[in-house]
Amino acid sequence: MNDRPVIIVGLSLFLVVATFPVWYNVTAGTSPRAPDLQRPSPTAVALVRQREGTADGLLAPSCVAPRDQMRASHMTLLARWRDDVVRNADRGYLAYDGHRYDKNLSATCLGCHDDKAKFCDRCHDYAGVKPRCTDCHVAPSK
Amino acid sequence: MRRSGAGRRGPRERGAWRGAGAPAIQTIDRRQFIGLAGLSALGLWTQPPARASSVQAPSARRWAMVVDPKKCLEIDGCTRCLAACHRAHNVPSVADQRHEVKWIWKERFERAFPSEQNVYTEDSLKGKPVPVLCNHCDNPPCVRVCPTGATWKRDDGIVMMDWHRCIGCRYCMSACPYGSRSFNWDDPRRHMAVPPSNDYPTRTKGVVEKCTFCEERLARGLAPACVEACPDGALVFGDLRDPKSRVREILRARHTIRRRPELGTQPVVYYVI
Repeated sequence: MNDRPVIIVGLSLFLVVATFPVWYNVTAGTSPRAPDLQRPSPTAVALVRQREGTADGLLAPSCVAPRDQMRASHMTLLARWRDDVVRNADRGYLAYDGHRYDKNLSATCLGCHDDKAKFCDRCHDYAGVKPRCTDCHVAPSK
Repeated sequence: MRRSGAGRRGPRERGAWRGAGAPAIQTIDRRQFIGLAGLSALGLWTQPPARASSVQAPSARRWAMVVDPKKCLEIDGCTRCLAACHRAHNVPSVADQRHEVKWIWKERFERAFPSEQNVYTEDSLKGKPVPVLCNHCDNPPCVRVCPTGATWKRDDGIVMMDWHRCIGCRYCMSACPYGSRSFNWDDPRRHMAVPPSNDYPTRTKGVVEKCTFCEERLARGLAPACVEACPDGALVFGDLRDPKSRVREILRARHTIRRRPELGTQPVVYYVI
């Protein structure tokens, strides 16, 4: 019974150490800060759309799918594009907003998002994922 | 005991069996049975032709190439097709010959055509370099052995590769009788003479690669890079199914041979002799 203070002190010490990552991030303000992604420049978007023959590049730039959808499942989209192009020679993509795009990572995706380090990498580093797209696909050099 | 009995036959089930059982069996008489059987037989008769016609739906083309090695020799030591192809597809130039990667290359005539054993007929080509590439066989042995489906024959005859699926087992390399496939023993980006172009992916270490008849250019309506780069029309590309195509014209007019036809792979790269 005399060990009660020791146990309590030990337990609270353990709790403090175990939750260290949480409260450290909270106090340092690092956790909730999302990665700062570079938006594509309107000229890059216009260039891509001009190449695709949808020349209204001066309209507000948008991606091949709504932003939330791209954020959550761009990898699924890319995997489908990959299979469509390589295995079924199906290269055209009609986006939700009526724009046509070439299913092409290097030309279409990286045509607008032309700085991989400031777009792809920032989020992937934050999320701790290591996609291997650019092992083969060449990212345009800045 | 009571509980296990109730568990075996639920009230609904019991009702169904008792209530509708006996009369339900006799709902069809002989006449109806024969009628239905006849209808079913009719169905069997009509189904297969319908299916067959949908499979044979127009597969538009059969890409093929005709090489004229003598035209090729007119410009001494010309390697423009090789350079254009390897540039367009980011093919590395590995110094170590055991590890070299090649989509199109030059082979001495008698090595490319070991079965052409005529002593004097091909004198003009003996010992001379002949451009060779993937033959895009009608009956490709590489496709048969690939365990992952990373290589397959498309409807237009192109023996295609999906480098995403290649596991580098090199079965296809053993199967190919033409040596048309190369393995990346090292990271190909370390062996690029020029920085890789954005227009085409490189491969990675541990992946097999080969000529794809420039399917990415064909999709844009362009001729293959080697054909486009050839200065004197020694390479002709076209549709084998179109009797009016250039390749068919040449095949009609000239004597052509193929590499190792005795193997039954049915190559579609023809060589004018």
